[in-house]
Amino acid sequence: MKPAPFEYHAPSSLEEVLNLKHRFADDAKVLAGGQSLVPAMNFRVVQPGVLIDLNRVAELSYIREEGDVIRVGAMSRERHLEFDPAIAKRVPLLHEATPFIAHPQIRNRGTIGGSIVNADPAAELPVLMLALNARLKAKNISRERWINAQDFFAGMFTTALEPDEILVEIELPFMPARTGWSFMEVAPRAGDYALMGVASLVTLSDDRKCENVKFVYLNAGDGPVDAKEAADIMAGEEVNDQLIDVAAEHASEKEITPFGNVHTSPEFQRHLAKVLTKKAVKQAIQRAGEAR
Amino acid sequence: MTQSISITVTVNEKEYTREVEPRLLLSDFLRHELGLTGTHVGCEHGVCGACTIMFDGESARSCLMFAVQADGHKITTVEGLAKDKDNLHPLQQSFWEAHGLQCGYCTPGILMTLIPFLKQNPNPTEDEIRHALSGNLCRCTGYQHIVDAVKLAAEKMK
Repeated sequence: MKPAPFEYHAPSSLEEVLNLKHRFADDAKVLAGGQSLVPAMNFRVVQPGVLIDLNRVAELSYIREEGDVIRVGAMSRERHLEFDPAIAKRVPLLHEATPFIAHPQIRNRGTIGGSIVNADPAAELPVLMLALNARLKAKNISRERWINAQDFFAGMFTTALEPDEILVEIELPFMPARTGWSFMEVAPRAGDYALMGVASLVTLSDDRKCENVKFVYLNAGDGPVDAKEAADIMAGEEVNDQLIDVAAEHASEKEITPFGNVHTSPEFQRHLAKVLTKKAVKQAIQRAGEAR
Repeated sequence: MTQSISITVTVNEKEYTREVEPRLLLSDFLRHELGLTGTHVGCEHGVCGACTIMFDGESARSCLMFAVQADGHKITTVEGLAKDKDNLHPLQQSFWEAHGLQCGYCTPGILMTLIPFLKQNPNPTEDEIRHALSGNLCRCTGYQHIVDAVKLAAEKMK
């Protein structure tokens, strides 16, 4: 269980990183926090010829408010997201969900950009990016472009990034007014990969109708699954338990496609999705009611 | 053609300079290059927690980092906790007194997890202690005595 040999580069500026990525493209893997890549290399599931280590690129690590968004550098550690006061205030869904990502020892190293680009369907951050309508800034040697989270995840461990691009920044819009949130998951052991999880957001109108609803699931398909039809069932309606049941039923039976694994069957995952959806949406609605 | 990189790392307040291959894991560097075998290696994919060290004061898995990444950084391993065998760190002393270990394989990783935890949370509840331990597997104790040891340590460290 030792990694195969590779050529190592540890540049200290983004410009050097982009030059290296331009030169090596798909032959090079980018090392962010390494909490998924290094295990894969230890098992030799992944054997990159070249490793470009981002850990010395200080300019990729920041969290700052700007207008009505928060800008997060791709190399910001998950542990920093967890304790950032601006994120807690402006994007409370992310603040609440971050402690569900593995263990503190992992979050001390793991980065927001690394988890997003790894695009593991069982990971929390891709789900949160979709739920929060994040925009992701990709850069190569000659240009930069913004990709909406909805267009970023292209399947199992696959993203819209080109071989010469890297993710440099995550733009998180402030959560709108009268919006409640909830993040729930079930894992065999705290910090393990969850069997099922859901992020939910509900925006209530002044007359307490659902203005906007969002359900996004982890470990429920080959990427984060945005259950749009279930959300549509609730949109514009007055909240009641029956409506919630119908939406939860639809999302868990019709919109997610869990595969099952050694710990769980797809049927049990659907069951969990249904139960978690009901609980999460109720918590989100309650919080939306409390928010001014 | 093997790439070899010179690194300087401060481990337990002592500076070491070594030539390493980029693929050398930090856990193996500590054990094989520096002879600091207190850091244990279990699963080598970040699940068991046996290799946990402090990297710039924060707990981290040494099996999920390369030694080259530690160049210029400060590391504390379990060997850095006690001055000598008669002057254990209060956390170690508590593990001794409360029977917080049996075979001891997981113990160094647990200690290196708990030092930053107790610094951040000096009066933890049992729930918080169990949560803090969730990233470290112990296959002997059933955790009860470990939890007792952490409670005792929190008392001693007040």
